[in-house]
Amino acid sequence: MSTLQTPPAPGLAAQPEPALKLAGVGHTHAGGQIALCGLDLQVAQGERVAIIGPSGAGKTTLLRLLATSLKPDQGDLELLGKRPWTLSAGARQRLRSQIGLIHQAPPLPPRQRVVTAVLAGRLGKWSLAKSLLSLLYPLDRRGAAEALGRLDLADKLYMRCDQLSGGQLQRVGIARMLYQAPELILADEPVSAMDPVLASHTLGVLNREAQRRNATLLASLHAVELALEHFPRIVGVRDGRILFDKPASEIGPDELAALYANEQLQHAPSPPAAATPPLNIPRC
Amino acid sequence: MLNPAAARHDPAAAPRLMLTLLAVALLWPGVRLSELDLGVLFDGSNADTMGTFLSAFWPPEHSGEFLGLLWQATLETLAIATAGMTLALAVAIPCALLATRVLSLSALSRGGRPAWWAQALRWPVRGLLIVLRSIPEIVWALLFVRAVGLGPTAGVLAIAITYAGMLGKVYAEIFESVDPLPARALLGAGASRLQAFLYGVLPQATGEMLSYSVYRWECAIRASVVMGFVGAGGLGQQMDLSMRMFAGGEVAAMLLTFLALVLLADLLSRMLRWRFA
Repeated sequence: MSTLQTPPAPGLAAQPEPALKLAGVGHTHAGGQIALCGLDLQVAQGERVAIIGPSGAGKTTLLRLLATSLKPDQGDLELLGKRPWTLSAGARQRLRSQIGLIHQAPPLPPRQRVVTAVLAGRLGKWSLAKSLLSLLYPLDRRGAAEALGRLDLADKLYMRCDQLSGGQLQRVGIARMLYQAPELILADEPVSAMDPVLASHTLGVLNREAQRRNATLLASLHAVELALEHFPRIVGVRDGRILFDKPASEIGPDELAALYANEQLQHAPSPPAAATPPLNIPRC
Repeated sequence: MLNPAAARHDPAAAPRLMLTLLAVALLWPGVRLSELDLGVLFDGSNADTMGTFLSAFWPPEHSGEFLGLLWQATLETLAIATAGMTLALAVAIPCALLATRVLSLSALSRGGRPAWWAQALRWPVRGLLIVLRSIPEIVWALLFVRAVGLGPTAGVLAIAITYAGMLGKVYAEIFESVDPLPARALLGAGASRLQAFLYGVLPQATGEMLSYSVYRWECAIRASVVMGFVGAGGLGQQMDLSMRMFAGGEVAAMLLTFLALVLLADLLSRMLRWRFA
């Protein structure tokens, strides 16, 4: 398996500075269940990568590790040329302001207005006085409207977050990230609540914006055809390991079948699958 | 699962019965220890004394001179309660921010559980809040009346100290009861803790904070009246005088004023909640 992912790696290593570098990274959940183990991954600045794989494969855990909202148990993690867990708390917060995570269900306070929710994206770069003032009177309304406009939501600027649908909330989350303007964009199922046409359109916007800003984009997706359509590089994750890592054009139906294989079989004996933690351990 | 015998037998029946019996068993000694005897209320001479005291309540005093006095005392009471609450808020909000777990940076990468040292640092603040609110305001009032003399200052200080403890504790709990994910997402995007509080926690907590604060303001009005009896100014001091003079009409007028003040607080609370929640 590790031999499969090496071919693209040398080409990328020639790039001056990778946006993120994982070497032997593993993470075990609090319950003792192994989520990721021995992960090696290198992504160059400006690259756009889709992460696909069956449910529970560890896609979200991987993104949360990259967003520094989880600390890896093993291995080395390097983001934008820095090791987040060796930095001081203040320096880590500054690094985090360069990383934008799009949540599957964006956690926005229900009574907050959309304009405030979008402006909150740039808090990491604002002083406390400016953010306090903006809370009373939104300062950069033009910037927020522009970010929302890219997702066709400019008319929702002064609505409350609880008045929006799930798909609209996801787009507000993307707009907040666009307003944050990070160097590293992480997206966890960013279009899961949208209809297929809107999902494809929104992924197109996300990719164009990432390209325009030369930002690195990593997105986990359930819809394989969307991943193949919009992303040049695909990483297949299964059981906490990287199954393949290659350009989208080289991915054949066999690899996809292997990635998602057994899922039906695993479903059938799911009642005794309560013993999954011990099943996972020998594989690592 | 479909066994009819199992459906007939509620597994929670025995624990619930035990809890009910336990509650009764605990209440009975409480009644005994507090020497509660409702019969005393209807005893001949006691009922007569109360009757004559109450009958003097009608009509409420409404001479111009007294109304002027009442107006002054009401304003003083409102001023004591409001000034005390403002001072209490100034202490309570920083303490609540320090005591709450929501804004912990170390909790961010640990699934919401702060590191042990971060928890340990929160304990002195919690301890301070406990000390502040465990001593009744009337004790503080007695202390400050000795220290700064008769008058509203003692009342303001007593309310500020006790209510800082109560508000701080409840605010910290309100902050912890709201959805922590928005604040955590903001911390994860590089925001400072205060910024994450302002944009992630406060929008969800405003309604509850306002309604609790207004309720506490109402309590402060009542407390300032009680403290008036020990010389801390306001309506309470007036009422103490009127009671000593058996001027039932004046007492009734003051009680009606209380009613109006509590109604006012209730209206204010409803208005604020309607606006912010």
